[in-house]
Amino acid sequence: MGKVMTGARMIVEALKREGVEVIFGYPGGAVIDIYDELYKTEGIHHVLVRHEQGAAHAADGFARSTGRVGVALVTSGPGATNTVTGIATAYMDSIPIVVLTGQVPTKLIGNDAFQEVDTTGITRPITKHNFLVKKIEDLPRILKAAFYIAKTGRPGPVVVDLPKDVQQAKGEFDYPEEIHLRSYNPVYEPHMRQIERAYQLLEKAERPVFLIGGGVISSGAAPEVLELAERLNLPVTMTLMGLGGFPGDHHQSLGMLGMHGTYYANMAVANCDVLLAVGARFDDRVTGRVDAFAPMAKIIHIDIDPTSIQKNVKVDVPIVGDCKRSLQRLLEVVKEVGQPKKYWQERFKDWWEQIEIWRKRYPLSYKYDPNVIKPQFVIEKLYEMTKGEAIIATEVGQNQMWAAQFYKFKKPRTLITSGGLGTMGFGFPAAIGAQMGNPEKLVIDIAGDGSIQMNIQEMATAMQERLPIKVIILNNGYLGMVRQWQELFYERRYSQVSMAVQPDFVKLAEAYGAFGMRITKPEEVEPALKKILEMNTLCVLDVIIAPEEGVFPMVPAGKATTEMILV
Amino acid sequence: MAERKCTLSVLVENTPGALARIAGLFSGRGFNIDSLCVAETLDPTLSHLTLVTRGDDQIIEQIIKQLRRLIDVYKVVDVTEEGDYVEREMALIKVRAEKENREEIMRICEIFRCKIVDVSPKTYVVEVTGDQNKLQAVIDLLKPMGIKEIVRTGTIAMKREKKTA
Ligand SMILES: Cc1ncc(C[n+]2csc(CCOP(=O)(O)OP(=O)(O)O)c2C)c(N)n1
Ligand SMILES: [Mg+2]
Repeated sequence: MGKVMTGARMIVEALKREGVEVIFGYPGGAVIDIYDELYKTEGIHHVLVRHEQGAAHAADGFARSTGRVGVALVTSGPGATNTVTGIATAYMDSIPIVVLTGQVPTKLIGNDAFQEVDTTGITRPITKHNFLVKKIEDLPRILKAAFYIAKTGRPGPVVVDLPKDVQQAKGEFDYPEEIHLRSYNPVYEPHMRQIERAYQLLEKAERPVFLIGGGVISSGAAPEVLELAERLNLPVTMTLMGLGGFPGDHHQSLGMLGMHGTYYANMAVANCDVLLAVGARFDDRVTGRVDAFAPMAKIIHIDIDPTSIQKNVKVDVPIVGDCKRSLQRLLEVVKEVGQPKKYWQERFKDWWEQIEIWRKRYPLSYKYDPNVIKPQFVIEKLYEMTKGEAIIATEVGQNQMWAAQFYKFKKPRTLITSGGLGTMGFGFPAAIGAQMGNPEKLVIDIAGDGSIQMNIQEMATAMQERLPIKVIILNNGYLGMVRQWQELFYERRYSQVSMAVQPDFVKLAEAYGAFGMRITKPEEVEPALKKILEMNTLCVLDVIIAPEEGVFPMVPAGKATTEMILV
Repeated sequence: MAERKCTLSVLVENTPGALARIAGLFSGRGFNIDSLCVAETLDPTLSHLTLVTRGDDQIIEQIIKQLRRLIDVYKVVDVTEEGDYVEREMALIKVRAEKENREEIMRICEIFRCKIVDVSPKTYVVEVTGDQNKLQAVIDLLKPMGIKEIVRTGTIAMKREKKTA
């Protein structure tokens, strides 16, 4: 028999059992009982955000950077609705978070009670699963299930809606050690027959490409990716979510593919005869016009989620399974057959020569300007000075793409970016979560002047927690990415993209007690970066950049990925 | 690719949100639902759902996979896949039954093995069970007499067992 306790106590106990040490939240009437228990509890650190969207993003950033489940706690009604963007962001990128929301007492549900919203109804399409707890007896099992569902299979956000009377009711706390859900059985182990078919395609390939996505990061498959790529001499390209899944500075890395991918990655994919795609879902930003995507290729697709396979592109060898285990099996076959290294070197020699021609023809580049700071230059310098080892969160827009292109992510979980939903305002609170999860590491938010203002209130949170996050604003005075589209496709009609009035970011940082600094000239970049990297406090570096700099290459939406606009 | 009709037999956890999840999946992803029938099963913790939808093979594959992905969905079977299944629907048809029509209505009912389940001075309520073709035939025949109201259950379906070992 379990100990008798209140629902609120059970929630805190469950968090402990799940090994949760930090949660992000904001109190209110419908969760005051849980906050009362937190007050009495040692070992769970609560980070008080300044807006509930920040709590969801911070939990997300914590999860992305550590691989553990992130937890947010908010009140009913507006507290819950404020987390919606954060939940959707996590959902689109398959990030495991558990969001605990307060709810009005069960007998008031449906009455339009004060601060009542249908939280499970609102979040149903943006969660992996959600629960409304109606009885105290169900609470331990549901909490266990919530964590289990969030982190297993294809991970994702889970919402648990907690009516106030359930928090106050008393019951027995029997927390299950394990849980089995008969209707939820993710498949981890791939079909060996399919793995063998995949190998046969690779062995006969002439122009293979290895494409990796976010699934490689979430399943921890980076070591297997490296081993397979090196052994078979495969060119590797990454989706935005896959960056860090293979070392960006490795000579076999072609960098990112897709809309703002490298010329050589897109050319390689367009001309390959076998595409080995692992943990990627063929988003439209990656494929461009679908019928022109890898038109000559036999596609092998490994993914834990069967719905990702055959959804956007036609796949020849579908493999449902965990990315890591599937690659391990594939490596077993590789070793069993035992083709010598020379076989793969010889086999793909011509292909590599072709790729090197593309790489030399249009390397990732920009025009350096001694009079004005180019954003790419800032990222390059940052990469050099941090040796590619910082955790980089980004906002959304041009800043995000420059970071993805010019920072050569070496390790998994070092790029924290909203890929699927493209949420402006994500980066800074996500950096807070990442810094909470990685107190020893350097955490940087590469921001745009537009995006940073969407959750700038979290500066107070970072200060309260004494987090030495470095915010680097690539300040072009524009909603730059939208401006770039208007420039290229709308005859320069710059409709509502100029941020004519902006706060003085330096003074703003100072107002929050942080360090602020502005630079306007290229020669200031290095010293300024050096200065903030050495400081042990929240820093905001306002970098005034060339206002109309663009992100290139660019594949216009709906075009084939070979129809790139180059610098 | 050619569109086909597809009847899915779905077992789901008997929880409050389950039906909303399925309905939301169809509306959110732009899939069609032609009909939907929900009822209990012998196991009170599971509900059974028969869902008729349309699409080309790729869409139907997606629909099935997306359904299976829902945490509350226990089992999905494409009943129409192998072609060997029974399908039934019931309709209640309130038809104008003036004196001159009554015999004709009763004759139709006899031929199609329908039942007259309610009689008023001016109307009959006809109960018809069968596959969609049969229901359509009865409706077409009764139409000239004046149908006042129709209520249909939506299709339920079941795979046939193999006849040979
Ligand atoms: C919440 C949200 N609103 C709108 C958009 C559309 N959007 C995409 S990029 C962008 C401009 C971002 O401006 P800024 O943060 O200054 O970044 P820049 O592109 O200038 O680097 C906008 C408005 C979005 N992605 N997210
Ligand atoms: Mg900007």
